[in-house]
Amino acid sequence: MTLLRLDAVTRRFGGLVAVDNVSLEIARSGVTAIIGPNGAGKTTLFNVISGFIAPSAGHVEFAGDDITGLAAEEIAKRGLVRTFQLVQLFENLTVLENVKVGRHLHTKGGLGSALLPHRARTIEAGVETFARDLLNKVGLDAHADTLAGVLPYGQKRLLEIARALAAEPKLLMLDEPAAGLNRGETTRLADLIRRIVTLGVTVLLIEHDMSFVMNIADRLAVLDFGKLIASGTPAEVQRNPDVIAAYLGTMEAAHA
Amino acid sequence: MTSLTTIWAEARRNPVMPAVWTLAAGLVAYVFVTGGYLIAVLHFAAIYVVFVTGLNIFMGYAGQVSFGHNAFAAISGYTSAVLTANHGWEPLPAAALGVSGALTCALIVGYPTLRLRGHYLAMATLAIGLIVYEIAVQWQAVTQGYMGISGIPPLGIGRFTVTSDRAILVLLIAFALIGVLAAGGIRRSRLGRAFVAIAGSEDAARALGIDVARYKLIAFLISAFYAAVAGSLFVHAVGFVSPEVYGLHMVVLAFTMLYVGGIGTIAGAALGALVIALLPETVRRFSEYQDLAYGAVLILILIYAPGGLASLSRLWSAKKEGA
Repeated sequence: MTLLRLDAVTRRFGGLVAVDNVSLEIARSGVTAIIGPNGAGKTTLFNVISGFIAPSAGHVEFAGDDITGLAAEEIAKRGLVRTFQLVQLFENLTVLENVKVGRHLHTKGGLGSALLPHRARTIEAGVETFARDLLNKVGLDAHADTLAGVLPYGQKRLLEIARALAAEPKLLMLDEPAAGLNRGETTRLADLIRRIVTLGVTVLLIEHDMSFVMNIADRLAVLDFGKLIASGTPAEVQRNPDVIAAYLGTMEAAHA
Repeated sequence: MTSLTTIWAEARRNPVMPAVWTLAAGLVAYVFVTGGYLIAVLHFAAIYVVFVTGLNIFMGYAGQVSFGHNAFAAISGYTSAVLTANHGWEPLPAAALGVSGALTCALIVGYPTLRLRGHYLAMATLAIGLIVYEIAVQWQAVTQGYMGISGIPPLGIGRFTVTSDRAILVLLIAFALIGVLAAGGIRRSRLGRAFVAIAGSEDAARALGIDVARYKLIAFLISAFYAAVAGSLFVHAVGFVSPEVYGLHMVVLAFTMLYVGGIGTIAGAALGALVIALLPETVRRFSEYQDLAYGAVLILILIYAPGGLASLSRLWSAKKEGA
């Protein structure tokens, strides 16, 4: 069953066609990775899907609804939550509070419950338990009361994912989650993503680290110069001559 | 949750803030007993605690910039003054109308401008402050221009009025305490977390479903409410109002209080207002050098406590952990 459907999505910046007529279906399970050389349009595609920029043409359909051109917060409300290539934490909140903000969509309470906290006590207690449980799962429980801004980089990445998970997304979109992580951190991240998938969350990610992608992705979509040039299982994509020419060949050389 | 035992445990772990508050309470008690000119200084301090605590919600929590909150204090203060002194209204309904008027104005102004970011928002708020100031100066038929309005009655309900300096001080401190407690409640709530989230990253906040424009407007309205309350409290406590009361000087003073106290912290706004209100009295003994001394103290505070006075307690914790 399809969770996310892109129908001829195009995004132009002036004369540059960053995303060119991309049609793609993401099934409601597993991990799909979008790969492609630098400047292939991966992040632009992410921004279009998540509502941070509007497409110039085409449609985005999520869980059966047309979400083309909706505001980012509206799309989040429907269960599509993303992270960012450059980690975007709330640095003046503690690690725990960051995850609590992730519960925003699943809780209620404005000025009334801020001024009369006893009215929101059960909700707040629920948020607290949920957030601590999530921190436990990603291994950040020891840092719950640390300000997010002072965490080491690898843990910031984990926190951003934990915070996104707090929103209980149907589709979790990770923009280069392994960027800047060392080998051990990358292995733990792969484990975490596997566990997220077993919880029934579909994961769509952008990644440059090919060994990470081949290890974790169930399906791949390859972008080159804004165009979708291949999609399928990792084995299929690796055999695709277009992909070898456009991407894998040069990447293997660069990694060697 | 905050039972006495947890407060005590907290205080033993980090005695800086409790010590500061004990000192502040002692000072207030001393002035209350001895009376005199210092009572008027504390009136001023308590009113500014309200104003700066509100400004902190918009600037410290939500991370926005406003040079124009004096406008909301002016709207509410002048409404109070004109209705009571010239039209014989009771202070309470006059102040209530003034605060609602200021909030309405904040809504009209905030709705379009809060879509602006950074410098543009700052410029727009600066304009609001200047416009309201000019109206207070020029609309002489109502505001009596630079002359100002005097004979404004003190706050009260019916026959029961708060007239003595000491009673006014108690009332103002009650307002200040409620203001600080409410700001603390907001900071610990879902609403306050959304504010601080917006300050951290608007994009990440949106990605988690927070309607950024809406929450900025809510923060703006809450802080405008505080400013309006402070504006009305001022005219009824002092009995006089002129445009200068709500001029650009008010903005500069509030910013100084906010940064010296510790922007973004709950206690900082109140602490800054108290310290900056009392500082001129403390440096007065240096007679012709008092401005120099005032400036030197500010610079020293910002060098040794760049996060403001409220950050001193964090420094204490850090030092203890390091030792």
